[in-house]
Amino acid sequence: MALPVYASPLERLWYYSYRVLCGLIFLFLIAPILIVIPLSFNVEPYFTFTEKMLSLDPDGYSLRWYDTLLTFGMATPEAPRDSSWWLDVWNNAAWVRAAKNSVIIGVSSTVVATVLGTVAALGLSRPEMPYRRAIMAILISPMIVPIIITATGLFFFYSATGLAGSYVGVVLAHATLGIPFVIITVTATLVGFDRSLPRAAASLGASPTTTFFKVTMPLILPGVISGALFAFVTSFDEVVVVLFVAAHDQQTIPRQMWNGIREQISPAILSVATILVIVSVLLLATVELLRRRSERLRGISG
Amino acid sequence: MADATAQIAATGTERLTTADGRPLKTALARAQARARRRAFLLVLPLLLFIVVTFIVPIGQMLHRSIHNDGFAANMPQLTQWFAETEPGTEPDETAYAALAADLKAAAEAKTIGVVGTRVNYEMAGTRSLFTSTGRKARKFEPPYRAAILEADEKWANPDLWGTMRQVSRAYSPNFFLAAVDLARDNEGNIVRAPAERRVYVMLFERTFVIAGLITFLCLLLGYPVAHLLATLPLRTSNLLMILVLLPFWTSLLVRTTSWIVLLQGQGVVNNTLVATGLISDSSRIQMIYNQAGTIIAMTHILLPFMILPLYSVMRPIPPSYVRAARSLGASSWTAFRRVYLPQTLPGIGAGALLVFILGVGYYITPALVGGASGQLISNLIAFHMQDSLNWSLAAALAAVLLGAVLILYWLYDRLVGIDNLKLG
Repeated sequence: MALPVYASPLERLWYYSYRVLCGLIFLFLIAPILIVIPLSFNVEPYFTFTEKMLSLDPDGYSLRWYDTLLTFGMATPEAPRDSSWWLDVWNNAAWVRAAKNSVIIGVSSTVVATVLGTVAALGLSRPEMPYRRAIMAILISPMIVPIIITATGLFFFYSATGLAGSYVGVVLAHATLGIPFVIITVTATLVGFDRSLPRAAASLGASPTTTFFKVTMPLILPGVISGALFAFVTSFDEVVVVLFVAAHDQQTIPRQMWNGIREQISPAILSVATILVIVSVLLLATVELLRRRSERLRGISG
Repeated sequence: MADATAQIAATGTERLTTADGRPLKTALARAQARARRRAFLLVLPLLLFIVVTFIVPIGQMLHRSIHNDGFAANMPQLTQWFAETEPGTEPDETAYAALAADLKAAAEAKTIGVVGTRVNYEMAGTRSLFTSTGRKARKFEPPYRAAILEADEKWANPDLWGTMRQVSRAYSPNFFLAAVDLARDNEGNIVRAPAERRVYVMLFERTFVIAGLITFLCLLLGYPVAHLLATLPLRTSNLLMILVLLPFWTSLLVRTTSWIVLLQGQGVVNNTLVATGLISDSSRIQMIYNQAGTIIAMTHILLPFMILPLYSVMRPIPPSYVRAARSLGASSWTAFRRVYLPQTLPGIGAGALLVFILGVGYYITPALVGGASGQLISNLIAFHMQDSLNWSLAAALAAVLLGAVLILYWLYDRLVGIDNLKLG
C-alpha cells in the first residue's frame, strides 16, 4: 500500500505515523522475547543492564548462569571437569534431568497425538464423515477448555485409577492437549487434497496400505510434521497438568522454571529462557519451510 | 453397464438396477453407508482416546461438584436419624446416641478429621469440635445427651445441627451455591453468604472484566498490525509475520519471565525511565504483581491469537474497494468505516472470541505476575485444589467456568466454525 500521489499532507502524516505505530506494536511483540538474551549473560545477579553491559565491556558479560544450569544439583560441582564431571552432570544436574524428562514426555506424547490425530484427520476430511461438526468440536475441545479444569479433572481421574505420579499419566494427558493442533494442521493440509490420486493408485492395483504410504502420506507429510511440532511444543511448555498429576521427582523444564520463578528468581532462569527462545526460533523456521513446501506440493502458489 | 443401458432402453419406465440386478438406489445407499462407516472407523480410535482421557475426567469432576460423602459415609447412624426426621426437629436422646456411636466409630477408624472438615466447609471452626469430642467418645455413657454436652457444650448449638443435617446428604447443590456466594440457612432456604465470604462472584466478575479488557487491547493493537501485514507485498509481510509467530512459538513461561524482568521495580523499564529522568528513583512505577502486570503480560501473550484470524480475513480483501470509495468522494476515514471495516467483521469476531475464551481460563500468567489483585478464577480453583483442599468447591467453581467457556465455544462454532481455526 504505497502512498498515493494525491495524498493530502494530513494523510501523509497519518501514513507515516501509522507505520511508526505498527513498528511500536511489533516492538511490543518481540522485545520481551529478545530482552532476556543479553540479560542472561549478565555477570551480576540482576535483571537489568549494568553500566558495564551498556558500554559493551567484556567484563560485564559472563557465562556463569549457563554454568549454574549444569552445576545446580550435582554431587561434586567443584571437581575437575573431566569425563566423570560430565557424567555427574548427565546424571545429577537438576536442569539436565528436567530436560531429559521433558524430552521423554514430549516425544512420547507427540507420537501418540500424531498417530491418532493424523488417522482421525483422514477420516474427518472425507466428505462422507457423519456428525462431522459435533465430533470435530469434541476433538478440538482440549485446546479450548481452560487448562486448570483439565488438570482438576485429570487429578480426580488419575487418583481413582492409580495413574497419578506415573509417566504414562503425564504422557496421555499431554497427548490429549496436543491432539487439537495435529487435527487442525493435518485437516488444513487435506483441504484441496486431490481425491482422484488414491483412486488412481487403487486402480493400478495398490492396496489401501500401499496407497496410504506411497501416495497420501508423502503429500500430507509437511502438515503432519507441523502438527507433530505443535504437539511437541505444547507438551514441552506444559506445566499445570504436571503440577497436578506428576510425582514430585518428575521435574520437567517448565516445572523447574515455575518453581524458580515462584521461589527465588535468578538469572539462571534467563539462560534457560534464552535456550528455549533459540529452540522456538528453530521450530518456527522448520514449520515455515514445511508450510512452503506443502503449498508447492499442493500446487498453491504463495 | 451396456446391459443396464439396454435394459433401460427396452423397458423405459422400469427401475434402474445395477449389473447384478439390485436396484440402483439400494446399491448406492449401501455404498454410502460403507463409506460413512469407514470414515467413522478412522476417527473412532481418537474419539475413544479423548473420551477416556478428557471427557470422563471432566465428567468425574462435575460429579465431584455435587457429591461429597465425607459426612454420610463416616457418620451412618446420625445420617439415618436425619433421614427419618423432619428438618428442624430438636435433637433428642436417640440423635445424641447416634452421634456418640458415630463419633466413636469415626475416631477409631481415624475418619473423624474427614467428617470435621466436611462440616467445617459450611460452618467455620467446627473441625476441632469434632476431633476433640472424638477423642473423648470412647468413654461416653448413657444418657448421651448429657455426656456429649459435658464434653463440649457447643453441641447444643441448633445451627450446628442444621448444618450437619445439610451435609448428611451426599448429593447436594451446596457447593454450587457456595460458588456463587449463596448458602443455606437452618430451614434450608437459600440466602446470601455472609459478607466476608462473598468472594467468588467478585472474582468471576473480575475475570470477565479483565478478559474483556485484554480482548479490547488485543483488538486495538492487533488491528493495525494485521492491516499492515495484509496490505504489504507478500514477501515483506511474510518476513514481518515472523515477528508475530515467534512469540506464538515461544514458551509461555519464557514470555512471563521476560515481563517480570522488564516490569519489576528494579527492572529494565523502570531503570530506563529513571535514567532518562522521566521519573525519580523514589517513585518507580509498580507495574507487576498487580492487575496491571496480568493485563500487560496476557495482552502480549494473546495478541497473536488476534492478529492471525484478522490477517486471514484481511488478506483476500481487494484494495480496489477502498480505492473505489475514495474515487467516489469518500474521505479516507469514511472509506475505512463504511467499506473496509464491515468486511473485516468476521475476523474481528473470530479473534475477539478466541482471545476472550483463552483469557477467561488463564492460570499461569496471573499466578506468576498477578499479585493479589490480578488473580483470576482459575487461580482460586488451584488454591482450593492444592491449599484449602476443598475439592468439591474447586470442582463447582470449575464447572461454572466450564459452562461459561462452553457457551462461548458454541458461539464460536456457530459464528466462525471450528474448521476455520488456523495456526500460523
